[in-house]
Amino acid sequence: MADDTVAIDGLVAWLAGFRDRVTENRAYLTELDSAIGDADHGANMARGMAAVMDKLDGGTPATVDELFTSVGMTLVTTVGGASGPLYGTFFLRFGRAAGAVDELDAAALGGALRAGFEGVLARGKAEPGDKTMVDAMGPAIDAFDQGVGAGAAAAARAAATAAAEGRDATTALVARKGRASYLGERSAGHLDPGAMSTAYLFEALADALP
Amino acid sequence: MKKLINSPDTVLADTLAGIAAAHPELRVDLENRVIYRGEPTRPGKVAILSGGGSGHEPLHGGFVGLGMLDAACAGEMFTSPTPDQMQAATLAVDAGAGVLHVVKNYTGDVMNFEMAAELAGLESGVEVATVVTDDDVAVQDSLYTAGRRGVGITVLLEKIAGAAAEEGAPLAEVARIAEEVNANGRSMGMALTSCTVPAAGKPTFELPDDQMEIGIGIHGEPGRERVPLAPAADIAALLVEPVLADLDFTGGPTIVMLNGMGGSPLHELYLMFGEVKKLLDAHGVSVARSLVGNYITSLDMAGCSLTVLRASDEMLRLWDAPVNTAGLRWGV
Repeated sequence: MADDTVAIDGLVAWLAGFRDRVTENRAYLTELDSAIGDADHGANMARGMAAVMDKLDGGTPATVDELFTSVGMTLVTTVGGASGPLYGTFFLRFGRAAGAVDELDAAALGGALRAGFEGVLARGKAEPGDKTMVDAMGPAIDAFDQGVGAGAAAAARAAATAAAEGRDATTALVARKGRASYLGERSAGHLDPGAMSTAYLFEALADALP
Repeated sequence: MKKLINSPDTVLADTLAGIAAAHPELRVDLENRVIYRGEPTRPGKVAILSGGGSGHEPLHGGFVGLGMLDAACAGEMFTSPTPDQMQAATLAVDAGAGVLHVVKNYTGDVMNFEMAAELAGLESGVEVATVVTDDDVAVQDSLYTAGRRGVGITVLLEKIAGAAAEEGAPLAEVARIAEEVNANGRSMGMALTSCTVPAAGKPTFELPDDQMEIGIGIHGEPGRERVPLAPAADIAALLVEPVLADLDFTGGPTIVMLNGMGGSPLHELYLMFGEVKKLLDAHGVSVARSLVGNYITSLDMAGCSLTVLRASDEMLRLWDAPVNTAGLRWGV
């Protein structure tokens, strides 16, 4: 399925779409975070993704690994807190798994996404059900893998749907990781801001693939 | 909000500029936001690097100097510094014997330091060991939380491990003593008022005039309970009891720190220490060394924290060793 590969410009469109979503919903993400965290997720993600796109405006790397190494390092150095290392690690591992290529087919994209997810698990040490971004990302990656035979665009759409469902399910959970965990039972009843931004990430991926 | 600042946006840069102006014996990298000793690390000496969000001064930058830290990375107010800062500092202070990272147990700090250690190790081969402090008994340590927060023991650890490094102990040895200090220390804090983060412009939490928060974190995180304001003797009991309930401090010497949160005058801290000491005496806890003052603060929060360390002879000897920093100075 040569026409179903994702080239560099498609991946950049994904990143731009993610930037747009965290920027438009900056206040909402911060509002979610102020309920159970430290009220900076919207500002941090908007600042980080703006820096990512500013850097890409100066020139887009020719290979997927260079592109995502740049994205990951920019996030790590501009976002701070826990989101910087988590999203930074996701993109760094994504790029390393994709390698020095200039396009990805559906299977390679799925492999890179899973490598990124495994990086998030290793970095944050969160498990499913801890009320974190893992609860949106895990189902998304599984859905992508299951849908990979139908092509990248269809798999990404399935991943976006699964991410949104996982995100919504975090509301009922009690936080076991991060600053929200200090609240214990009081964290239940609130949507997790990291799961929200992760849902934006997969929504942006689906929209970037025609 | 009434603060001695120019603007919330320039608070950190202006603070670092002030530290540089006041302490010509230090080298302040304003771009990377790292405070270094004026002289490079002595060849063969283990370097100790710490860092964290700003707003806890003198921790950590005030503890850079002979007998304590080699460098400290400053993050934004209450926000972890980033791996690139830490990596730059790690490479700069390494003198061939490796670098100990001292990290307080907060999710962001732990992850950022972890990435810095990976980056430094991958790119340069510098040997990095890490100790994570988690002494706050207010938080239940279980699988269901991010673990106990790192608070007051960090000050005692930086002093004791710093002295070990100054004596020429190898990295594994410095890391071992640091781990021992953390394992034998417990802390508990309380607040009379909230702090106000400059960028937020308003108090982090609401606390009525007739109430206090017991078990507060150094960023204004919720504590164990909110109770009516009480006399100092009763407050002392609310700090001492949970600390002693968590670890047996009898049968040997201890080092005790009564720390101010930033907004309480020194006379109140001494008054509190007096009350704490009476209770420790009554419980058979022997106080060999004491430290009273503002050492790990929470901006302008009024309140205090108690840290007790079950000290070995080795720890006491290293505690007494010379130290020459902006925040702690003796024996020099």
